[in-house]
Amino acid sequence: MSIVGTRVVRQEDRNLITAGGTYVDDLRAEALSGAAHAVFVRSPIAHARIGGIDVSEAKAAPGVLGVFTAADLGLDPHPAGPVKEPWLADEVVRYVGEPVALVLTEERYQLADAAELVDVDYEPLDAVAGIGAALDGETLLYPETGSNIVQVNGMAEFDDAIFEDCEVVVTQTIANQRVAPAPLEVRGASLAWGEDGRLTAWLSTQNAQIARSQLAGSLGVGEESVRVIAPDVGGGFGAKIGADPEATVLGWAAKQLGRPVRWVESRSENLTSMTHGRAQLNTVTIGGKRDGTVLAYRLDVVQDAGAYPRTLFLPTLTELMAVGVYRFPQVQTRSRAVVTNTTPIAAYRGAGRPEATAAVERAMDLFAAELGLDPADVRRANFIRPEEFPYRTPTGAFYDTGEYAAALDKVLETAGYAELRAEQRRRREAGDPVELGLGIAAYVEITGGDGGGESGRVDIHPDGSVVAWTGSSPHGQGLGTSLAMLLADRLGVPLEKITVRHGDTDEVPKAIGTFGSRSLQLGGSAIRQAADEVIAQARDLAANLLEAAPEDLELDVERGVWQVRGAPSSTVLSWAQVAETASDGKLTADVWFGDGQPTFPFGAHLAVVEVDTETGKVQLRRIVAVDDAGPIVNPLTFRGQRHGGLGQGAAQALMEVVTYDDDGNPTTASLADYSFITAVELPDFELVDMATPTDRNLLGVKGIGEAATIGSTPAVHNAVVDALSTRGVKHLDMPTTPIRVWAALSEGNVQ
Amino acid sequence: MKVSIEVNGRPVTEEVPDRTLLVHFLRDTAGLTATNIGCDTTSCGACTVLLDGESVKSCTVLAAQADGHEVTTVEGLTAADGALHPVQRAFREQHGLQCGFCTPGMIMASVSLLADNPKPTRDEVRAGLEGNLCRCTGYHNIVSAVIDASGQEVDR
Repeated sequence: MSIVGTRVVRQEDRNLITAGGTYVDDLRAEALSGAAHAVFVRSPIAHARIGGIDVSEAKAAPGVLGVFTAADLGLDPHPAGPVKEPWLADEVVRYVGEPVALVLTEERYQLADAAELVDVDYEPLDAVAGIGAALDGETLLYPETGSNIVQVNGMAEFDDAIFEDCEVVVTQTIANQRVAPAPLEVRGASLAWGEDGRLTAWLSTQNAQIARSQLAGSLGVGEESVRVIAPDVGGGFGAKIGADPEATVLGWAAKQLGRPVRWVESRSENLTSMTHGRAQLNTVTIGGKRDGTVLAYRLDVVQDAGAYPRTLFLPTLTELMAVGVYRFPQVQTRSRAVVTNTTPIAAYRGAGRPEATAAVERAMDLFAAELGLDPADVRRANFIRPEEFPYRTPTGAFYDTGEYAAALDKVLETAGYAELRAEQRRRREAGDPVELGLGIAAYVEITGGDGGGESGRVDIHPDGSVVAWTGSSPHGQGLGTSLAMLLADRLGVPLEKITVRHGDTDEVPKAIGTFGSRSLQLGGSAIRQAADEVIAQARDLAANLLEAAPEDLELDVERGVWQVRGAPSSTVLSWAQVAETASDGKLTADVWFGDGQPTFPFGAHLAVVEVDTETGKVQLRRIVAVDDAGPIVNPLTFRGQRHGGLGQGAAQALMEVVTYDDDGNPTTASLADYSFITAVELPDFELVDMATPTDRNLLGVKGIGEAATIGSTPAVHNAVVDALSTRGVKHLDMPTTPIRVWAALSEGNVQ
Repeated sequence: MKVSIEVNGRPVTEEVPDRTLLVHFLRDTAGLTATNIGCDTTSCGACTVLLDGESVKSCTVLAAQADGHEVTTVEGLTAADGALHPVQRAFREQHGLQCGFCTPGMIMASVSLLADNPKPTRDEVRAGLEGNLCRCTGYHNIVSAVIDASGQEVDR
């Protein structure tokens, strides 16, 4: 029996549960002995001109090895984005948390003392604290550009004609609030220049190879002069893609000081200085017939990009995925990205797709509510049907496979939807102040959508051991175990003999790494392809040894031996015996799986909430979820990815939000203030399995890293609105905190 | 000041600055890096260890306060022959960890929870671990791991 598809506990775990792994701040490598400790002095003001910086006192403080500001750096500007982000702020600071100076000391505890002595003269400017102020344009972050709008995509002007034939049209502006990725491990880096002139950088990153290219480029050295190692990484969620600007400054400083440098930020620093996610303001307009058929849909996206747009793919990806699982005949989208005096926005679990899904799933509920129809029925009436795949959406996405109605039906049946609706009615008739709310979300998302491929290498040694190198960069997903399972299945080698390595650019020079739920479908396919190449090599060698024609040989994966087909009692050869005869001492194949097209995982979620209308408190009682990502390699980690996604997605709907006051001061800048979700707010998850394969990669798999996040946010959000639907509330924005619910009820009761 | 702490049964004595936090003493002086730092507001629980058998957040205890006391970290749970502690075993078996960063603190908090309540319900586990944050698992399998470690059947 194949090991693929069976529950396998992770190979990664033993070290993590006994020794706690080796994260970047745990490194005690010889190359880092005598390392200077580093801290960034960051702007406490959202928008200000820097009148001057006096570092003299700081330089004289105990243990200080160096204090550097923009004036000291001889680096070319940061290449990314439509505006140039300085490595350290030079003339103007544009968000609270922006790095202004770097302080290096002998001892960790000397950092805070010295940093406090860096005297920066800030001349405050008016702040653009959010999307509204950015669009007003009264204050500009970059006056020379004449606007706070840094990117426009889609239709310049909307044409209302698409709604002409509609019997009902509903429009709603929906905030998809800014949230903090908040991996448990904050950002950290350790860097050392060797005597050979090479830089070794240990980074908490999802993409060592991308980080290497970024560091080499920004430091002005060749890629061969930089080695990046991703040690154990304590979560990323999209916010650790590549190298952040701090790594470049630290690499420069290490060279300047002539000694290694180590840096780990504080959590409070992390909450203002690591990129945030989401931060869109979306206006949906949906129209159709009274029977529930949607005829036209419009999505107007405004993306808050923060002070320095490091990436601008989020709003356009939201446009691409605008229609979700529905066959809308007429669709219009546009997006604008604006700069604000806030922390830069970048990828966060889902990255562009949760925003699209939240918009269209709220729109479907608003449309259903306006018609007085059940939201499940309205969805069924508009799903793209199984026979329509592959399906090209009006916005240009090319969906592979989907069973959208089946997913929803399974969820509703498992949850007991009819009984839940009856319970909701019963409570209402009884005047129960604790309302029951049911929220549905049906979703499709895109994984491996970056258009790139991934590397994979497999070696089989004369002792029978297998070593694989993946270009993917797992940091908690359990991909190492999944890849070992794929190899065990394909080669017939037991798991214990297989080692999977990743994350060191000297070992894996060419790779893209982990984001966008790409790793199994691309990295896994690469490993599969490498395994098949090794098998082809072995077939020829084994044929030689057994004096048979290669086509007469077979690999018996049950026993892990080569034999002549149809002659089971004849001589067999082990992998070790075959590897021994390989010309360079081992069997090896190093491949690039390059034709990886995007795949489109989908699913349906039902959330059940209780809302205490007297206090506004929402308690999430149940989430029932189908997340279909094709064939499952390891159900244990597959379910784990879904659990994590459900938790993070629910967190956005229920409680998490990054906030600023009108002057751009962050008001959620520590874990005491940011409502990071805990075990108490979440229920046990109810997972329902479905597996619809794709034809777009060797394994038939789709990505599962982000899927459940995407469905759960609108499911929970819709559930809260549903609970309040007979009390005059048609919509309230996330997070659905008690104060928001209470305010919505007060307004609703007035209407 | 001179601080002497028995860490995982081994006395560690060192002259450290007065303001040294217990977590830094464990990581930098005792050389035990499993105990992690995840925040600066005593919110996340990644640094949870046992101080004389009671769970504490070691970022909020001065090394000086632990002087003359016993501390157990996750490194101290594994038996000399490599056998896993029941809570370690259950976290692995139930996939109660992903990135692993919260795990040492989560395991120590769970050990403490089970010492107080040997047969907790799932809701009691959730309440007991409210002070320990995890970003990866959605907590479901952490709860299952604690139930498993308590000898009760995991039914979901």
